[in-house]
Amino acid sequence: MVSRSLIGILAGAAALALSAGGAAAQQKLKVGFIYVGPVGDHGWSYQHDVGRKAIEKAFGDKVETTYVESVPEADSERAIEQLARTGHGLIFTTSFGFMEPTLKVAKKYPNIKFEHATGFKRAPNLSTYAAKFHEGRYIIGQIAGKMSKSGTIGYVGAFPIPEVVAGINSYFLGAQSVNPNIKIKVVWANSWYDPAKEADAAKALLDQGVDIIAQHTDSPAPIQAAEARGKFGFGQASDMERFAPKAQLTAIVDDWSKYYVDRTKAVLDGNWKSQDVWGGIDSGMVVMSPYKNMPDDVKKMAEETEAAIKSGKLNPFKCPIAKQDGSQVECKGNGALSDEQVLGMNFYVKGIDDKLPQ
Amino acid sequence: MTTFEAILLTIVTASTPLLIAAMGELVTERSGVLNLGVEGMMAMGAACSFAAAVTFDSTLLGVAAGILAGALMSALFALVVLGFAANQVGSGLALTILGLGLAGLIGAPFVGSRRDPIAVVDVPGLSDMPLIGRLFFEQDLFVYGSIALTVLVAFYLTRTRSGLMLRSVGENHTSAHGLGLPVWRIRFLAILFGGACSGLAGAYLALVYTRFWSPGMTAGRGWIALALVVFAAWRPGWALVGAYIFGAATVLQLHAQAAQFGVPSQVLSAVPYLATILALLALSIRRGRAIGAPGSLGMPFVPDR
Repeated sequence: MVSRSLIGILAGAAALALSAGGAAAQQKLKVGFIYVGPVGDHGWSYQHDVGRKAIEKAFGDKVETTYVESVPEADSERAIEQLARTGHGLIFTTSFGFMEPTLKVAKKYPNIKFEHATGFKRAPNLSTYAAKFHEGRYIIGQIAGKMSKSGTIGYVGAFPIPEVVAGINSYFLGAQSVNPNIKIKVVWANSWYDPAKEADAAKALLDQGVDIIAQHTDSPAPIQAAEARGKFGFGQASDMERFAPKAQLTAIVDDWSKYYVDRTKAVLDGNWKSQDVWGGIDSGMVVMSPYKNMPDDVKKMAEETEAAIKSGKLNPFKCPIAKQDGSQVECKGNGALSDEQVLGMNFYVKGIDDKLPQ
Repeated sequence: MTTFEAILLTIVTASTPLLIAAMGELVTERSGVLNLGVEGMMAMGAACSFAAAVTFDSTLLGVAAGILAGALMSALFALVVLGFAANQVGSGLALTILGLGLAGLIGAPFVGSRRDPIAVVDVPGLSDMPLIGRLFFEQDLFVYGSIALTVLVAFYLTRTRSGLMLRSVGENHTSAHGLGLPVWRIRFLAILFGGACSGLAGAYLALVYTRFWSPGMTAGRGWIALALVVFAAWRPGWALVGAYIFGAATVLQLHAQAAQFGVPSQVLSAVPYLATILALLALSIRRGRAIGAPGSLGMPFVPDR
């Protein structure tokens, strides 16, 4: 699959380079994308591809986009360099593991603009961008806190890394804010993507008295398991309503479209600059899909919380934050945890009974 | 329904695809052919069954398509390893890669579709028995089918003339050929059977287990099925035990996490694999001799003219 798509794209790119070579073309901006998964993963890579299509739609004839899917992180340098060599002026690499290869290629081609998702290494021609998904998790936590009848909510996590841990904490803090006695059970699938195992993990949670499932793995299997049992859940990365029309309360959708269009425009206008963006609900990168299958008062609460986060009035990690042992976390941000603290979060907040695997 | 019952039910679902695929591979290997392409055939079975089930809105046609896809993939393998006496390990690995890629291609238009759960077969009266009622008498047809398959394969291998021929071809293809047994034909059919079972296991994954298609959804289950055959020492009964041990270990570790046992999840995730290694060890110590692999396993057959 990998080789198929790689070869296909390389052949296509080569043909394009040949045909464009003679003509005095090159006014067209070529925008390239590197995806870590298949476009059809329903989640992460799929949403980046939605962003790519938005670029095509916004600029029509002025741009041309290419993507290479299912690029293994270890082998990504070749794919990135190939895009650089075939006349791409702007290249998005959309997984954390592409960081070093992107940096390396960016140094080699100083005239090409690079954008790396979720990384932290920048260069004059290399920007980074990511989204504050934990803001959305606070909202779904509140919904879960209100909707749970058993008083125990569940979470299917992929790996115990800071990004996921911050999501669990935010989810739990949200739930706790509306129901101080709420309990949470966390199951680690130790995989980003194993639909059958994710389904089993969700079933295990449901069997143990959980009635709301949240997930930080990539397939719709957990929410589908909730649907089959007549329980509720939340979509991850993209709107998963079609998989669980009765169970999906809302979904945290990664929406890269606006960012991708803005950055493409910046290159076209000649004012692109290297930057670091960590956008939340206010930036439009994190979008909540319509609130459904819940009473009006819960819906109203969710909408109000969303508005409060958007306007900056509410921060899920507002101080004081206590760790499991009750000790206070030092408040390095402005009345809340700083970005660095959230990005490096390696503890559970007070109230979570479980032990965080380290 | 008690938690205990619920856990048992999940274990059955997790074990069934492993059992079906392992049973097919077991027959293939007993005929002396090692087909490492189970993962690829399973992926093809999943993709084709899902595509057919959605297109024709029929689970039955989906299952048929899955079986057919697995069988076709294995026929290709048979052509290479029987027709051209190619290396079986290399060909099998190639089949896995080909299967995963082709499945992605075939499944691409069906990404995002979903199927409703298939019906369970409820044996009236019996399914109301406490504890074991739902476990034994309220399952889907695949589960009953997988048990029947195990019994049939065991009966076929040990109690029928044709099964004896298949085993003798697997033990020593030169002697079998000398006795006038049709080595190629028997192996071809055994490979086809293995492919069909892998395809069926894939269909179970896509139509019952997850009820959607996405690339890479087999997630290594084909390899586990292969390991189960070795674990079972090429005996159908032990393959059944192994499949259920593996399914149980997978599901129980998730429950242990949810119940907050305080053991790191990474360790718990490794439990099924540790269980497999330990069981293998126990089996080989108990027998005190080489585990009963078919004598001609993996060797290409090129008869003297």
